[in-house]
Amino acid sequence: MTATDEPSPSDPRASRRRRMGILARCEAGDLKRLWEGLALDPAHEALRGPETGLVTLRGRTGGGGAPFNVGEVSVTRATVRLEDGCVGHAVMLGRDRVKARLAAVIDALADHPDHAGRIEAELLAPLEAGLAQADEQLREETAATRVEFFTMVRGED
Amino acid sequence: MYVAVKGGEAAIDNAHRLLADRRRGDRCVPALTLEQIAGQLALAVDRVMAEGSLYDRELAALAVKQARGDLIEAIFLVRAYRTTLPRFGYSEPVDTGAMVIERRISATYKDLPGGQVLGPTFDYTHRLLDPELAGDGPVASGQRREAEAGRVRRVSEILAGEGLIEEDGAPPEDGAIGDITRTPLEFPMDRQSRLQSLARGDEGYLLGLAYSTQRGYGRNHPFVGEIRIGRVDVEIEVPELGFCVPIGRVQLTECQMVNQFKGSAKAPPQFTRGYGLVFGQSERKAMSMALVDRALRAAEFGEDVVAPAQDEEFVISHCDNVQSTGFVEHLKLPHYVDFQAELDLVRRMRADFDKRAGGSQDHKEAPE
Repeated sequence: MTATDEPSPSDPRASRRRRMGILARCEAGDLKRLWEGLALDPAHEALRGPETGLVTLRGRTGGGGAPFNVGEVSVTRATVRLEDGCVGHAVMLGRDRVKARLAAVIDALADHPDHAGRIEAELLAPLEAGLAQADEQLREETAATRVEFFTMVRGED
Repeated sequence: MYVAVKGGEAAIDNAHRLLADRRRGDRCVPALTLEQIAGQLALAVDRVMAEGSLYDRELAALAVKQARGDLIEAIFLVRAYRTTLPRFGYSEPVDTGAMVIERRISATYKDLPGGQVLGPTFDYTHRLLDPELAGDGPVASGQRREAEAGRVRRVSEILAGEGLIEEDGAPPEDGAIGDITRTPLEFPMDRQSRLQSLARGDEGYLLGLAYSTQRGYGRNHPFVGEIRIGRVDVEIEVPELGFCVPIGRVQLTECQMVNQFKGSAKAPPQFTRGYGLVFGQSERKAMSMALVDRALRAAEFGEDVVAPAQDEEFVISHCDNVQSTGFVEHLKLPHYVDFQAELDLVRRMRADFDKRAGGSQDHKEAPE
């Protein structure tokens, strides 16, 4: 999805994309700790998985041209249904089935009026901040290796 | 003809038991953990992911451990594991322009937007062994400096403005994207299928071919337009939702090679390009891939196909090290019956030869 057809922040698709992206990228340990802090344990049934499989990662020739297949990534996905009928999905790199199932439960709960506020404030926001901080560290460490060219004047003139 | 031969079972069992013992080595030395392998032998793990064609650091680390550091054996293990997993589908094409950069250099522009950023490189080290590393002394963390977030333009986009460089490459007219894991190799191949083969191809083999083009076997006058290493988001469409969601990030190395082209009756003179994209941090492989990609486009530009690196069938048929090692190494498995048959044949030919030679010169040894 390119920047131009990115849905607006109020779009429910955008909030779901953000949520699933955070749940996919965060560390399993962080997710478990914050989830336990929420003290929620909704009954749910597994509609699919958790199951691990392959997704073929695609790139583009020259970076922006015709799509081609680069290779496979391991991916785990899960779909759950809560007792109230809400369905949650999780799709993430790696093979952590426990994390995928938990992420699907959180995805299902996250739009529930009783829980949405706490899930946002106590789980998604801190996870997102942690990911942003890690990115910032990577950017800053990388920036310190940027070459600052200077020209030496040599000779008489 | 194949004849079952029995009797090796106990020997094989004991050989594998001995392998496990030797793999573990001295029990007084702590066993390697997967975290240690993935963290401290990261580039070996990257190579196993790239050529095993499965992005999964933990599995690649396990494979390196199980293979005792034999990377081609590790790649073989990963390829075998892949076959046990179901396929969920294809990702959206990743956007390397939106990469979180860990390294980005250009040999063609000094002052390019976004700058020359060295990252964790071996370049400019003195290649002197460091005795300090034999121990476990303290290591400083990376220096940090204020950084700008945001898109870092690819060098090819900068050159494209003047029309002096070939564009990225349009999709095929039928929109089909070849997949060498689903359909057997057929020649001639489209460029996308070639790139898929090269992305999982053996680094050493591609390096040798790339070097051969520089030495004059299919010379194509390359410049490194850009190499970038970093993290890109992977997205996949979830059918139940009807839109794409991010499923995590992978580290990729991308190489844009810029090559000269004189032009032809139809095409104006402009730079042409070769492209490399590889899992993990592997710029030697990405550069080799880009050089070989360009060499294999010879026919497209009306260049004479005169060198091995330009021969698509030769390059692609032999670039997979799992296939190569399978066929080379199978020679050591029992060929007793085949050999007996050939031995019989050579004996008979020899007897005939000796009989003919003996007609004129009795008891003389057969000449060479």
